[in-house]
Amino acid sequence: MIVIIDYGVGNLASVKNALDKLRVESKISSNPLVLKKADSLILPGVGAAGQGMKNLKEKGLDKVIVEEIEKGKPFLGICLGMQLLFEKSEEGDVDCLKVLKGTVKRFKKMKKIPQIGWNQVDIKKGTNLFEDVDDKSYFYFVNSFYCLPKDKQVVAGVTNYGETFASIVAKDGVMGVQFHPEKSGPAGFKLLENFVKGASNVS
Amino acid sequence: MLAKRIVPCLDMTQGKVVKGIQFVNFRDAGDPVKLAKKYSDEGADELVFLDITATVENRDILLDVVRRTAEVVTIPFSVGGGIRTVEDMRMILRAGADKVSVNTGAFKNPKLISDCAKEFGSQCVVLSLDARKVEPNRWNVFINGGRTDTGVSAIDWAKKAVKLGAGEILLTSIDTDGTKQGFNVELTKKVSEAVSVPVIASGGAGKLDDFVEIFKKGKADAALAASLFHFGELTIKQLKDYLRNRNIPIRSWYEEYKY
Repeated sequence: MIVIIDYGVGNLASVKNALDKLRVESKISSNPLVLKKADSLILPGVGAAGQGMKNLKEKGLDKVIVEEIEKGKPFLGICLGMQLLFEKSEEGDVDCLKVLKGTVKRFKKMKKIPQIGWNQVDIKKGTNLFEDVDDKSYFYFVNSFYCLPKDKQVVAGVTNYGETFASIVAKDGVMGVQFHPEKSGPAGFKLLENFVKGASNVS
Repeated sequence: MLAKRIVPCLDMTQGKVVKGIQFVNFRDAGDPVKLAKKYSDEGADELVFLDITATVENRDILLDVVRRTAEVVTIPFSVGGGIRTVEDMRMILRAGADKVSVNTGAFKNPKLISDCAKEFGSQCVVLSLDARKVEPNRWNVFINGGRTDTGVSAIDWAKKAVKLGAGEILLTSIDTDGTKQGFNVELTKKVSEAVSVPVIASGGAGKLDDFVEIFKKGKADAALAASLFHFGELTIKQLKDYLRNRNIPIRSWYEEYKY
């Protein structure tokens, strides 16, 4: 069972709908016990980092997420859910989950911010996550901030929006994607499907 | 680089897709959920739903269409028509829409934009702006389905709405809408240059080169069309192939995968 973490930000239903379409059993929950029992976790999220972290803490989910990741539970962070994996976000100057080393920065070089629309990902790393997903595939992005990992080894895909940024990170069982795979047509669904497949092999 | 978006629009009334010419004369164009799924599968980059006769009684029908659409499409979509309150917006987002467009309600109460942006984020709030030329080099905002001239300049309203928190502008030229004589390049360029958010050009698409023009000269980030697609005059694939061959960045997708 995949658990989609409910922390009061963003469109959880769209992730749930996507998993339903893939015929994968999933559940939306904010209960730490349910998270602990899950085979894998998805942290979605649209909105501000400060609010996101505040909600995670209030629900006692921040510690559970870190513990479960440390135990090796497959984890996917989407958009804000990816950013929260890092140490600190410039957005509201907040401390995040610190699962990955690095910070979250604001775009500076483009006139139109947030970036809204379909952009390409140069896929850097060959893992099973990218099976049948072509290099330079387009995914749907909505973001004003991006992740700047300290450890370049975790960067699995990059995208350019005025500056080149990490649009996919992957380390052990943890994956973060800056775009919305659940809204990215067949390429996004393929990626989700690969995450689900990988996750079920681990558990 | 960001791809230019191709956006089919589904104008609806009582749960059915319709399309008018210059905002009147509607003919039936079919079931919205089926059409939405078809466009999503064919490579559309986003969908726009506009409930053109939004009433309280029809709200449940609209929400049902939104819910069923969210279950079948794999791309983002916005929903608009009769949005007056933060609660209206919440209902539509909860039903599964990614964005909500506001028009007359926001013009009469600009705070609606800032309230919604604060509550859901700017990326959810699309300003739908209907403009008509009133004198050379001057376009006014028209509200109430394009019937009422507000006397306010379209460019001024666009700028103000962005300042309040609108994350995108859906710009419809009433002058060109339904004419199939091409988008309003002049107006779109002006608005696009005046604001720091993406502009979706709407109204007047009739042939392939109209899209080239609106992207290259009109500086649009996305282009919307309805009847061209609904009545099968043009497929999304034909359009995208054409644009790609003219060096416009267009999303490629995987036609062989079906979700």
